[in-house]
Amino acid sequence: MSTQLVNEITIFVLAVFLGFEVISKVPTILHTPLMSGSNAIHGVILVGAMVIMARATGPLQLGVGFLAVVLATVNMVGGYVVTDRMLEMFKSRNRKQPGPQ
Amino acid sequence: MGLSPGITLLYLLAAVLFIVGLHQLSSPRHARSGNLVAAGGAVIAFVTTLFVLHHAILNLILMALAIVIGIPIGAIAARAVKMTAMPQMVATFNGVGGGAAALVAMVEFLRLPGGAAPLVVSISVVFAVVIGATSFAGSGIAYAKLQELMRGTPITYPLQQPVNAVVAAAIVVLGVLVVVSGVGVVALWFVLLLALVLGVAFVLPIGGADMPVVISLLNAFTGLAVAGDGFVLGNPVLIVGGTLVGASGTFLTMMMSEAMGRSITNLLFGAFGKLQVGPETAAAGHGSVRSGSAEDVGTLLAYSQHVIIVPGYGLAVAQAQHAARDLADALEKRGVTVEYAIHPVAGRMPGHMNVLLAEANVPYEQLKDMDEINDSFRSADVALVVGANDVVNPAARSSPGSPIYGMPILNADQARNIVFMKRSMRPGFAGIDNELMYDPKTIMLFGDAKDSLTKLVAAVKAA
Repeated sequence: MSTQLVNEITIFVLAVFLGFEVISKVPTILHTPLMSGSNAIHGVILVGAMVIMARATGPLQLGVGFLAVVLATVNMVGGYVVTDRMLEMFKSRNRKQPGPQ
Repeated sequence: MGLSPGITLLYLLAAVLFIVGLHQLSSPRHARSGNLVAAGGAVIAFVTTLFVLHHAILNLILMALAIVIGIPIGAIAARAVKMTAMPQMVATFNGVGGGAAALVAMVEFLRLPGGAAPLVVSISVVFAVVIGATSFAGSGIAYAKLQELMRGTPITYPLQQPVNAVVAAAIVVLGVLVVVSGVGVVALWFVLLLALVLGVAFVLPIGGADMPVVISLLNAFTGLAVAGDGFVLGNPVLIVGGTLVGASGTFLTMMMSEAMGRSITNLLFGAFGKLQVGPETAAAGHGSVRSGSAEDVGTLLAYSQHVIIVPGYGLAVAQAQHAARDLADALEKRGVTVEYAIHPVAGRMPGHMNVLLAEANVPYEQLKDMDEINDSFRSADVALVVGANDVVNPAARSSPGSPIYGMPILNADQARNIVFMKRSMRPGFAGIDNELMYDPKTIMLFGDAKDSLTKLVAAVKAA
């Protein structure tokens, strides 16, 4: 087993525990924005799509790679924008909450 | 391929920002900045990657073109989508991410000379293709159900489980073939195809009302597929980013199904093995429905002491939150106590109703959680159900065969009178009949929620 693989497995195992720990006790109202936000985070697949696209050879690899880059970009950009829109609404609620009544 | 220390450290920085962002996303105060922090991580990961790319001019031009196409699609769709359609938007973005993850693994496998891939790489390739494609197809079905392009009810057919088992087994056999033999490209295409079939078959038997939980699960799937690609490409930021989403997404899925009072296995596989009773047959045994005019209902409300409003998806669709606020104001002026009962999954995403009513400046302390208000229904004069259905359906308590059996509901049926505002007798999102509509204490007020509420305001003022 190579050193690189051992390192990767180490990172993976630590990230599993981190993923469980990092979002303890989320109020129901944040379930959807949190899902949407983590959806945007896996848009980082764009990095992988760029790497394989850059070294693709032949029309098949190029074509599939092209599609992968488009899809990954949509995931990343759309994911963050839509999450921001959801959370925008929460902000207005927090502002109005201490108001009269 | 080893990454230089500088690149690795920049990827580490991106990963740290993902972690901090995710953490902030789970607290109401910092959620919005958390999203921006995570987006900063994505930008750093993107820019860093520009420095490790292979220099092939044609490839880079095409890649830039692909990014230039992708950015406006994502941004415009996310900007244009209506608030009521948020969950299907998330499903779509998740699906394309899963598709991208599957394709990345596919291309990398095509590039490797036959048989030369190390074991870890080929195993990770198969994993990412299977999970990514399942997530892609499953998200597509979730989208279609939420967008009402197809029936929201659980779709079951004979031999469903055996067929799924055969598909899953075929994926395993072909996957092993890809890993152990050098001639796996054709087999891998079949794996991709079968994983798409599996994704469809997995989501079909799950009811529309449970889709948010399914999307959350598929979100975790996509995360794992991305992590798999991280092993394929030896890229740490993909491993960390993907695994974080995989783990936190699994945890979130469990929390969401808990909020609905269901176990995750019941929710995902509950419809298997029993053919659903259609709403028509279920309705056959019921008595008649009492419908009333806005004037009747307005008078009833005006002379009540305690009214509990139960908002649902119909209120969101009709954009009736301001009209609801007006009605509450008119009633309060007459000395009626008004409260709102918020079911955790009312609407189509958790928190939907809080957001809508906050927009109409409904005082925060009038919004009551289910646990807080459920005992108050008994002493309420009127439960005014505005465009909600499944969250007050007593079948969740009483009929074990129902798809929503076991879900905690609002005790609207315990109020002295129930007013059901609905567009028609059509069943709710879960596609099941609601016997509360046939309750002798219930008055149906048919029509668009906004129109009806406006008429009620006039009627209350006139009473």
